[in-house]
Amino acid sequence: MIVADKKPIEEIIDEIKEHERILILGCNECVTVCEAGGKKEVGVLASALRMYFLNEGKEVKVDEKTLERQCDHEYLEEIRSMIDQYDAVVSLACGVGVQFTAEKYHSMPVYPGVNTCFMVVTEERGLWTERCQGCGECILARTGAICPVSRCAKRVLNGPCGGSTDGKCEINKEIDCAWQLIVDRLKALDRLDDYEKISPLKDWSTDRAGGPRKVIREDVQQ
Amino acid sequence: MRLAYPTSIKIIRVPCTGKVDVLYFLRALEKGADGAYAVGCMEGDCHFNSGNLRARKRVEQVQKILDTIGIGGERVQMYNLSSSEGPLFAQYAVEMDERIRKLGPNPIKKHKKKAA
Ligand code: SF4
Repeated sequence: MIVADKKPIEEIIDEIKEHERILILGCNECVTVCEAGGKKEVGVLASALRMYFLNEGKEVKVDEKTLERQCDHEYLEEIRSMIDQYDAVVSLACGVGVQFTAEKYHSMPVYPGVNTCFMVVTEERGLWTERCQGCGECILARTGAICPVSRCAKRVLNGPCGGSTDGKCEINKEIDCAWQLIVDRLKALDRLDDYEKISPLKDWSTDRAGGPRKVIREDVQQ
Repeated sequence: MRLAYPTSIKIIRVPCTGKVDVLYFLRALEKGADGAYAVGCMEGDCHFNSGNLRARKRVEQVQKILDTIGIGGERVQMYNLSSSEGPLFAQYAVEMDERIRKLGPNPIKKHKKKAA
């Protein structure tokens, strides 16, 4: 999933202080799981903003709505009939949702309510760690299903580098060396021979190096 | 024990302070309460292990939010006692009542009245 972190309320207030009718728009997917932009966080932010504006002596309408997703047309359509009641939207979805909301409602200012981070697993409640950078050409088959692109600081494809010490990465002793993990895992799979195989140069054009990306699937297109 | 405590306090019963959410406090304040506090079991004595520890963290979150928006985090507190400590319950009620009286009414109320 995608993890996002809450933005400080001060920052959000600063973004929206000129507006008088504000919709706080949450998303039921990743940002709900990471407790940054689901229905509850929408409620907390909206309540805090209503109190803030009242305390400032300003009459500002702050409403709440949470959609199933903000990255699909059909769910975003659900607010079409109500959007005219507002002069700004604060989206608590990831950056994808913020942008898609803005694309759909072109003349409506849309502000981000969270900082979108990266693709993660939930290791435990309140701890999310990166596993994938969406490089567009998955090499996990060769690396014992441990990704050196997202988990090695240098994205080394034939590692480890000279900085790997006691299983930890040279950039930070708290971080496991991805290549140590890969070797350990290949050993457990009895596939250490694979480690001897030199990875060819990776085609980075499918990563961000090729500019904004798209996936076209004609087989599922209508 | 028939202990007296301030009449300003309205008790809302929950199965465990772990049930008390950030939103409960905010809604209470938004509706015009001058303050709100949670009374949980002693730390380490939670029947559900960590309900009261979660409540404390949530109270701290609410305090931070209220400080940020200028309402004052002190209006929200967390207390712990064991179920046999009736006098302490009354004492905390008095303490909270005094704290809130010192802080004065919830500042959003005067603007709410104006808006109405
Ligand atoms: S120590 Fe390991 S994880 Fe860190 S940069 Fe070198 S190979 Fe990558």
